[in-house]
Amino acid sequence: MSQFILHKENTRGHANHGWLNAHHSFSFANYYNPERMHFGVLRVLNDDLIDGGMGFGTHPHDNMEIITIPLAGAIAHKDSMGNSATITAGEIQVMSAGTGVSHSEYNALADEQLNLLQIWLFPNKKNVTPRYDQQTLDVEAMHNNFQQILSPSADDAGVWIQQDAWFSLGKFDTGFETEYKIKKAGNGVYAFVINGEVTINGQTLSKRDGLGIWDNDGISFKANTADAEVLLMDIPMEF
Amino acid sequence: MQTTILYIGRDPEITIVMNRLLNARPEWKGICVCTDEEALSILKAQDVDLVLLGNGINPECEKALREDINKFKPGTKIIQHYGGGSGLLYGEIMTALG
Repeated sequence: MSQFILHKENTRGHANHGWLNAHHSFSFANYYNPERMHFGVLRVLNDDLIDGGMGFGTHPHDNMEIITIPLAGAIAHKDSMGNSATITAGEIQVMSAGTGVSHSEYNALADEQLNLLQIWLFPNKKNVTPRYDQQTLDVEAMHNNFQQILSPSADDAGVWIQQDAWFSLGKFDTGFETEYKIKKAGNGVYAFVINGEVTINGQTLSKRDGLGIWDNDGISFKANTADAEVLLMDIPMEF
Repeated sequence: MQTTILYIGRDPEITIVMNRLLNARPEWKGICVCTDEEALSILKAQDVDLVLLGNGINPECEKALREDINKFKPGTKIIQHYGGGSGLLYGEIMTALG
């Protein structure tokens, strides 16, 4: 029988550090809520607003799949694997931290705010060799379509990660309806509304709401507003 | 009263960061090492409330470590630390210690 959990926007953890205004869908840093530890392998979903020129200095990560999606602005990234890159809205970045990687990430623009989603998934294998990738998203293919932007396979659409997870992103016209089929038995779906209002499996969701659904083959979706934009994360529930 | 937390990870840079993070909170006392020998030496010498297994520990070493910890200090809580930094640390420790 299908089950779900609803995370309304205003129930997220919040930390305002001045230069960083962060909302956490799950427990992160000093925000600790035992009811919000993870959804399946999805451990972190941070919605960060970063002031111009500001950011995170060099810091390490290990054994985590880290996906960053800029929604507005640009990120300046440097890491211990020798990568130095700018990631702008319309692109996706992935780091498999594995045995360990250090990186810095800053707002690349001095006079514009950066808004990004940073998502951490538990890996399906520990201590892999660290890896970095970034790709430009096919924005046209996202119109009235859940376009795949991440998968477990290097040969499939989007970036790939060390987990049986598939992410899809879509922007929808008012009244557009579709269904999404879960990619792998046992996976659940966490839907995060980036913009607008939508209805998923009968639940009305507004901007920055999250809905986790499991024990189900898929979801039914309807866009209620013209600017509806949704990220679907199809992820293992067991790990 | 301080909670003593032993972190074991293979990456020296991450181990330094973990040492700083764990000892930044007055309620925690962090001891961070890169080798299993150092970890066992500490476990034999003092009480530890929680062991965090960090990066780079292969399955054979992890199995041996868990067996040795249970042998020297039965009942010591052992958890995997993910992320290598501050993001998940507080939640992991709070969950483990109840």
